[in-house]
Amino acid sequence: MVEYRIDRRSGVATYLQIVQQTKQALRLGLLEPGDRLPTAREVVEATAINPNTVLKAYRELEREGLVEARRGLGTFVRRTLGTHPVDSPLRAELAAWAERARAAGLDREDVDALFASVLDEHFPKDDH
Amino acid sequence: MSSEKQGGRTTTPKGRGELRDQPRRRSRRQTPHRGTPEVALEATELTKRYSRKATAALDNCSFRLPAGRISALVGPNGAGKSTLLALAGGLLRPTTGTLNVFGGAPGEFRDRVAYLAQNKPLYGQLTIAETLRMGAELNPDRWDAPYAARIIEEGSLQPGQKIRRLSGGQRTRVALALALGKRPDLMLLDEPMADLDPLARHELMGTLMADAAERGTTVLMSSHIVSELADACDHLLLLGGGRIRLGGGIDDLLAAHTLVTGRGTPADLAPHTVVEARASGRGLTALIRRDGPVEGGWATEDPSLEELLLAHLRSPDAPALLTPGTTSTRTAVQA
Repeated sequence: MVEYRIDRRSGVATYLQIVQQTKQALRLGLLEPGDRLPTAREVVEATAINPNTVLKAYRELEREGLVEARRGLGTFVRRTLGTHPVDSPLRAELAAWAERARAAGLDREDVDALFASVLDEHFPKDDH
Repeated sequence: MSSEKQGGRTTTPKGRGELRDQPRRRSRRQTPHRGTPEVALEATELTKRYSRKATAALDNCSFRLPAGRISALVGPNGAGKSTLLALAGGLLRPTTGTLNVFGGAPGEFRDRVAYLAQNKPLYGQLTIAETLRMGAELNPDRWDAPYAARIIEEGSLQPGQKIRRLSGGQRTRVALALALGKRPDLMLLDEPMADLDPLARHELMGTLMADAAERGTTVLMSSHIVSELADACDHLLLLGGGRIRLGGGIDDLLAAHTLVTGRGTPADLAPHTVVEARASGRGLTALIRRDGPVEGGWATEDPSLEELLLAHLRSPDAPALLTPGTTSTRTAVQA
């Protein structure tokens, strides 16, 4: 079962945080098709947010075709995002690279900057 | 923890997911006619004066609170928040005007309403267990003993402890257990979380939200802590000078306003209503209530709930705004 963390200072709307964290869990393979998302009641009990906020997030995920609500049963994952779960070869290569960067004396901020520049080069951002 | 708490009651996200833009499902008991949302509270020209010479605590105040909403009751000190809650709880009588609770007089459906006063009145000489037994005896048809006991347990309180030996925050937990244990349809909470530590506040707010998710409980809760309200509430009643200054769904109220920055004067912002304008360098920053799209080179931003509230609190003369669902029907008919 995924647990949502709500960051009140992030400036990101609370429902979007739930959408983003669900997608992140899908990308990392923490959620797979057939898995059930926590009920609205479970989420609000743990996070003290308004129930409608959870429903809005689940509706958005449903609209994007990522989850489906089954009457009386709950909300279930329909498909996954990306094909690179936690144990994929690509992740292993990246981990090995991070290891080498540390050995070369780079600190976290150096790695962050380097990674961001390569990311921008290969995945140019849209205008917005 | 949460699965235990379900205790046989099941939640169906599907059922809720269907309810597109409507508030959460109301329990069947609360729905008199299919399709007409029940009104939890409706004030019509409600005035409360504590003495003949005093200024009115509530002054010709009209609004409605649809059932199933979690509403924040906000306003400066002395705005009439506690008076409104006590009137709804049936502890005060209006000087003039009416306040209906689920369509009846306050007190008529007392079994469906829980009211928690700001000073959390409890009997000091009783133990926690005796206090909960009082809750059971006073609410024979509704009392949920395991649920109330669990709220006490989560605060590491012993049932044998005397109320008068408890700290302020512990008393608040007992008082909330008493209010929630009744499984009310309407919770009236007067600054419920003020003396709780951050963890207890988070836990009890979570408990309250879970109850609302499960049963569609209507909550009207006063507080000064806007960040807390912004996450938990979907509806707002802003009181000022004994009247409702802002009333409606928080998303609707926020969407009706825009923060604009640019060079110009408040007069340039016509036809919009300027709630508050402040000098900002050579230009100004203003919170406006839009009338059509904003034109003329202003930089626009969506306000946060805090910005919306502060702007209205700093500008007591800004015109009131009640969204259609929050306008008292009777007043609308008269107007």
